[in-house]
Amino acid sequence: MRILLMGNPNVGKSVVFSRLTGARVIASNYPGTTVSFTSGYMHLNGKRVEVIDVPGTYTLDPTSKAEEVAVQMLEEAGPDDVVIIVVDATRLERNLNLTLQLLERNIPVVVALNMWDDAKHKGISIDVQKLEEILGVPVIPTVAVSGEGISDLAARISEARTGNMDPHDVEERWSHIGNIVTQVQKITHRHHTFRDVLEELSVKPISGLPMAAAIVWVAFKIIRFIGEGLIGYIFDPLFSKLYAPLMMRLSALLGGAGFLHDILIGKLIDGEIDFTQSFGLLSTGFYVPLAMVLPYVLAFYAILGIMEDFGYLPRLAVLLDNVMHRVGLHGQAIVPTILGLGCTVPGALASRILETRRERFIVLTLLAIAVPCTAQTAMIVGLVGKHGGRYLLIVYGTLAVLWLGMGYILNKVVKGESPEILLEIPSYHLPPVIPLAKKLWMRMAGFLKDAVPFMLLGIVLMNIFFTTGLVDLAAKVFGPVITRMMGLPKTVIVALMMGFLRKDVAVGMLAPLGLTVKQLVIATTVLAIYFPCIAAFVVLLKELGIKDMAKSAGIMLALAIIVGSLLNLLWRG
Amino acid sequence: MRVSLADMEPGQSGVLVEILGGHGMIRRLDALGLRLCKRIRKVSSMLMRGPVVVEVDGFQVAIGYGMASRIILEIMEE
Repeated sequence: MRILLMGNPNVGKSVVFSRLTGARVIASNYPGTTVSFTSGYMHLNGKRVEVIDVPGTYTLDPTSKAEEVAVQMLEEAGPDDVVIIVVDATRLERNLNLTLQLLERNIPVVVALNMWDDAKHKGISIDVQKLEEILGVPVIPTVAVSGEGISDLAARISEARTGNMDPHDVEERWSHIGNIVTQVQKITHRHHTFRDVLEELSVKPISGLPMAAAIVWVAFKIIRFIGEGLIGYIFDPLFSKLYAPLMMRLSALLGGAGFLHDILIGKLIDGEIDFTQSFGLLSTGFYVPLAMVLPYVLAFYAILGIMEDFGYLPRLAVLLDNVMHRVGLHGQAIVPTILGLGCTVPGALASRILETRRERFIVLTLLAIAVPCTAQTAMIVGLVGKHGGRYLLIVYGTLAVLWLGMGYILNKVVKGESPEILLEIPSYHLPPVIPLAKKLWMRMAGFLKDAVPFMLLGIVLMNIFFTTGLVDLAAKVFGPVITRMMGLPKTVIVALMMGFLRKDVAVGMLAPLGLTVKQLVIATTVLAIYFPCIAAFVVLLKELGIKDMAKSAGIMLALAIIVGSLLNLLWRG
Repeated sequence: MRVSLADMEPGQSGVLVEILGGHGMIRRLDALGLRLCKRIRKVSSMLMRGPVVVEVDGFQVAIGYGMASRIILEIMEE
């Protein structure tokens, strides 16, 4: 037996899912598609039962890839499988469309009437008993965000039945739905609430655009505040007060020099370990991902998670749809772009919400070129920022111009058109803490799993490159481009090589090179543009395919050289 | 008075009387609850032919300008 969780998008289906299942959930792709779904397990009458969170769908007559997958998954359901359909009680009429379509099929169904509290607030009352009678299947009111009704829902899964609905055509079904709604639903008039007002204001351009600017500004302020706080008061003291003495003892034990010492501890600087410059496995290898990058990543995902679950992102998508169309994208492309500011990998995966290949090519190429991840930003802010904010402005201003400019060009050059936006805007909700924490935890675990091994590998490889003289060879080959065109010293080649592995480390490697501010700015900008890190590269390759990835990579390399040279040329002083 | 969703003023309400589009567009709108005889209120429209936001059955839907100009409503005088 399996349980398929189905429902319209934005009905709280994923929250019901996380309430029903334990901590161990797996996200996978539906075979042959880029549509992903999650599955987990719940205990039901002493048995372990698989629960599948089917992609959200409005209808079983599919209008998009995700909906096709939802229908396919339903059609593959075995004889003892059960569907829980999650219904938004505040949008009963539209939700009953999918419910009736499901009841017309020969599969046992239970209805979770979710957002029950919201319906009450909106003055909507639904006669549950009556609805149960009409549909012929159990109907359970739930409030997934608080967990209310979830145990009732679980208890009544065994009562799932095939409904008593005859197949209808579209017209008949809607008139049938109309009948049901008049019988079970009563709406009492109520005054506009603060939430209604807020929802309207945030999609009106006059109020919405300043709000968006304020929200984004505040979000970044908070991220910086949390990130710097965590570094300054927790992570850095931990490393310098507790960890450093331990490492110094190990260093002494290893004799203070030699191959093993250099790999593990790195080079001592003035007889001390410098966590950003020593470049040993146990020193820089742990300090950079844990004490420099992790705090910002944590802060970023905490704030992003709140914005996502509050329901703000679709509104941002609507407000920016116009701008996004100028660069050949759809308002919804703002979601992968914002995620990309955290890390390119989830950003690239989120590009799947875009329907056409053309849009995905544009958004992914822009993501790789002009959207630095939090890890990289943390290092750039640390390194360039200490020379003054205006240098940061040059780096990020250049990237922003590049994003817009390249988008504009790609929109003209890449064949095809980007479809128009058509999007339901969910109500604002105060996000519940536990699912938020769960999501944050999964993202952090993902970051550590990606970052630490590559970081350590990178440090070993760097040491090997140096001892084998590979660096000198690369410096000879690429030297002219770097020195003559970009005005950088040859030694920067090491950081550029490192950039293939991890961008944050690569930026960190610029620290001991003694660059001028101008060189530092050029080097960090070029590093941001020229190629994604290995983890992002693998995902981009999977998403784009070899041919498009090659095109995308060509654009990146060309742009890196052009932008680096231009900056060098235009910047006097 | 008949007018397209794109040309309607924000704040105005109307009844959907015609969709000048193919089967695919009609189905996609239908899935979001936008179908003939529905009462729709225009909430806002973005500058320079940006998307239009409407309210139908108490919730908001964003519709691209092109599509919005092919959705025809009969304005209700209040």
